Amino acid sequence: MASRVSLHRFLHNRVALLMALAAAIAAMALPLLGFAPNRLLSGRPVPLWAAVQGFDGAIALLAGLALLATPFLRPTRPGLGLTVAAGGLFTAGLVWLAGAQAAALAQGASAAARTSFASGFWVMAAAGLLTAIDAARRLGLGAVGRMAVGGAIAALVALQLASGHLDALSILKEYANRRDIFADAVLRHAMLVVAALIPTLLIGIPLGIAAHRVQAVGRAVFPVLNVVQTVPSIALFGLLMAPLAALGAMLPGSGISGVGPLPAVIALTLYSLLPIVRNTAVGLDGVPAPVREAARGMGLTPRQIFLRVDLPLALPVFLSGLRITVVQAVGLAAVAALIGAGGLGAIMFQGLFANALDLVLLGAVPVILLAVAADALLSIGIAAATHSIGLLPGKSAP
Amino acid sequence: MIDFERVTKRFGSWTAVDAVSFTVAEGEFRVLIGPSGSGKSTVLRMINRLIPADEGAIRIDGEDIASLKPEELRRRMGYVIQSVGLFPHWTVERNIATVPGLLGWPRARIRDRVTELLELLNLDPRRYRGAYPHQLSGGQQQRVGVARALAAEPRILLMDEPFSALDPITRASLQTELSAIHRRTGTTVVFVTHDMDEALRLGDSIAVMDHGRLIQCATPLDILTRPASPLVRDLVGREEWGLKRLAVETVGDRARRQESVTGEPLAAETPLHRALSEMVARGTERLPVVDGDGQPAGVLHLSDLVRPISGGTVPGGTA
Amino acid sequence: MTGAGMAPRDFLTDRLMLGLVVLVALVLGMPSLKPLFATLFPRLDRPLYEAESFVRLTLDHMALVGASSLAAILLGGGAGIAVTRPWGREFRGLLETVATMGQTFPPVAVLALAVPVMGFGPEPALIALALYALLPVVENTVAGLDGVPAPVLDSARGLGMGPAEMLFRVELPLAAPVILAGIRTAVIINVGTAAIASTVGAKTLGLPIIVGLNGSNQAYVIQGALIVAALAVVIDAGFDRLAGWLNRWSQR
Repeated sequence: MASRVSLHRFLHNRVALLMALAAAIAAMALPLLGFAPNRLLSGRPVPLWAAVQGFDGAIALLAGLALLATPFLRPTRPGLGLTVAAGGLFTAGLVWLAGAQAAALAQGASAAARTSFASGFWVMAAAGLLTAIDAARRLGLGAVGRMAVGGAIAALVALQLASGHLDALSILKEYANRRDIFADAVLRHAMLVVAALIPTLLIGIPLGIAAHRVQAVGRAVFPVLNVVQTVPSIALFGLLMAPLAALGAMLPGSGISGVGPLPAVIALTLYSLLPIVRNTAVGLDGVPAPVREAARGMGLTPRQIFLRVDLPLALPVFLSGLRITVVQAVGLAAVAALIGAGGLGAIMFQGLFANALDLVLLGAVPVILLAVAADALLSIGIAAATHSIGLLPGKSAP
Repeated sequence: MIDFERVTKRFGSWTAVDAVSFTVAEGEFRVLIGPSGSGKSTVLRMINRLIPADEGAIRIDGEDIASLKPEELRRRMGYVIQSVGLFPHWTVERNIATVPGLLGWPRARIRDRVTELLELLNLDPRRYRGAYPHQLSGGQQQRVGVARALAAEPRILLMDEPFSALDPITRASLQTELSAIHRRTGTTVVFVTHDMDEALRLGDSIAVMDHGRLIQCATPLDILTRPASPLVRDLVGREEWGLKRLAVETVGDRARRQESVTGEPLAAETPLHRALSEMVARGTERLPVVDGDGQPAGVLHLSDLVRPISGGTVPGGTA
Repeated sequence: MTGAGMAPRDFLTDRLMLGLVVLVALVLGMPSLKPLFATLFPRLDRPLYEAESFVRLTLDHMALVGASSLAAILLGGGAGIAVTRPWGREFRGLLETVATMGQTFPPVAVLALAVPVMGFGPEPALIALALYALLPVVENTVAGLDGVPAPVLDSARGLGMGPAEMLFRVELPLAAPVILAGIRTAVIINVGTAAIASTVGAKTLGLPIIVGLNGSNQAYVIQGALIVAALAVVIDAGFDRLAGWLNRWSQR
């Protein structure tokens, strides 16, 4: 009992303790990198201590030691600030270390050699990142502030990417091999999402307004949209193929086909309708009736009421729906690669079918980053909209 | 029976309860009253260890409550709160049966006890035992709350502003019923309120708290006539002080024994302010009094109501 | 609940029963539709997917969804409970951060990333599906437990209920509708992701679709798509029914 009491006195951050323990175990028991002489052979594990040599090693070690100390730092501003720094620098430092070690390994091997991140890297990087973000939350930073912290760490990694330090890693070798295709795929992926957003907003917003004004519209529309949402994406893509192919056969030269971007955009639109229609309706429903009454009483025309009262008050809820829609669409566009729509999903599935695991990463990681970036941007937008209409902090839009 | 010995509770740098000491005798109805933030609810919740004390000791029947398992301690006491907190997914019967169930009573005994309590709280058992909380009005819910607190025949009943959220009529009838139950069962009651009228009506003794300290602990009469501080005086208030003063005594206390007069008699336990109201309504200055057996017990004179009070200060009056 | 207006109960019964009938008919009767597909797609040598029986595929699909969902419920429910207890409160922020971050990861990407870690086969699919299902379960468990009114918790404690009794007799029953909604979301997403899992070597209803897409066999695609769509609709209708029962039981 006495020892537990004394430990309590020194232990201030149990989350940091958990992360530090996870990182420590991963450092000792799991490989940091995997090195294979070529794509066909499986790699040999490269543990952390083998990678820690010289100057780079010292930096990573320093950040690692700092991370181990964070559970015992007092929860004051400097202490928590140090925790954020330790977590962030640890993660960035790990990436740096991986890049340096990959370059060192590449020097003594053929051009076909692969050095990829292994489980130890992912666990340690996640531990550092989570320590930093949790400490940022303890400092009192809101969602936007924490995103900034994540962004700063991402920026450190991006700097390393840009400097070419990470080029020996296999995922970047794959990127180098496919540079044009990659850029094209990213653009294509984004285009799919945007192309689906346009009809979604054009159809969904008016439908949402109608559902808000007339109950019967909602009763007719929502069950249908709910069923659509339930159907698995790959099934919907598949079911659209045959009719569109038939239509394309009937109208040759129209460019309508069962494969490619058209069925993808149609399906994406169908899936995106529910969040937009629902959140438009709910957002408008949420405008307090007394506020509208007051506006009418002051002599505003219906158009003015809509623009100056309904729109700003319903905006946070609507943007929340938009956020769900965009994030969902990024993921669905990846699945659409299966029906020939292209995009990052094409790279990902190509890797899966050819058992080229770094190709899988090259496709999957950017998809995740795209979704996270879209989510972050829209979250900032929602925060701005919520703030500007004076909602209390802590009272957020759904 | 309940002893507080220099009990202190701090939340961070704020002292909610400051070295409070008092004793509640068995069977006593103790009211804790004070302004918001005075610590009265905290004191109540320390009796059943929902809030642990930082310093001092709390004893029940001589036993330090810190030495008991909290759950066992609480199962020996009834606990009623302002927002009732009935379990919405359980019927009235199951709600009332909570503690007996925890104590392992046989099912038949629990069923009978539920019937008994529903009748005690004036709820028709046949109608209400299978009802769900959301089907009941606020007053009915609180009756069930009180029944639930009394289910396991506790010797101590803790109540935290139980009637404050109810409308005045329901509140008044529940106060009356609570008094009757207290007299019948002899349970020790600790009752928190911010309403001095409620305190004067219900309490055998009233403990006034302010900023965590116990200012005065006295009978309703003494609170009225010998307030220990301006705060106590302010809590009582100056408006209708005379009526409040009358309310703490009964007709029997001031009737002139050997006299008699015609007219519809008043029961001896009627509070004096009712008697005053009766006199005004009937347009008379004398009322006949009967005792509990219906036997004549004297006459109440208006002048005896106005009779100067012995001792103490009358606010606004010449001492 | 937005949706069906007239005679909601009849509509729901219809949806569940109807869907179940259609599903069973499709699964058992697909082989007998071979001539139909032959006429619709005369240029295909193989108008019917015959490498695996549809019954087997459906059962394997349901098994994958079921196992991953069960794991997610146990782990996610446990984590949600832990984080709302006094001793676990410190980790709540971390859990919410991870859940929010994880929500933005597209299911297909999580599935694909499981392969470099675990190779091909049903195992990575199981892990990926379980991980993805964790998020809605955890979020809804936390939200549901948070939603238990404070007076109810106060009186439960004050009457002498111990922590275990409170959790199982009061908190979980009152949080059940919200938790169920989270489970429902997770399962429906998993039904879809399990279909895509055929690309990582799991044998599910996605297999005919993937094989069909790779070999330009639209008949295969339609067969797989119809069955998995029917399965999803039926499971969703089933959860709807369950939610209705739960609502009636907890409110009335």
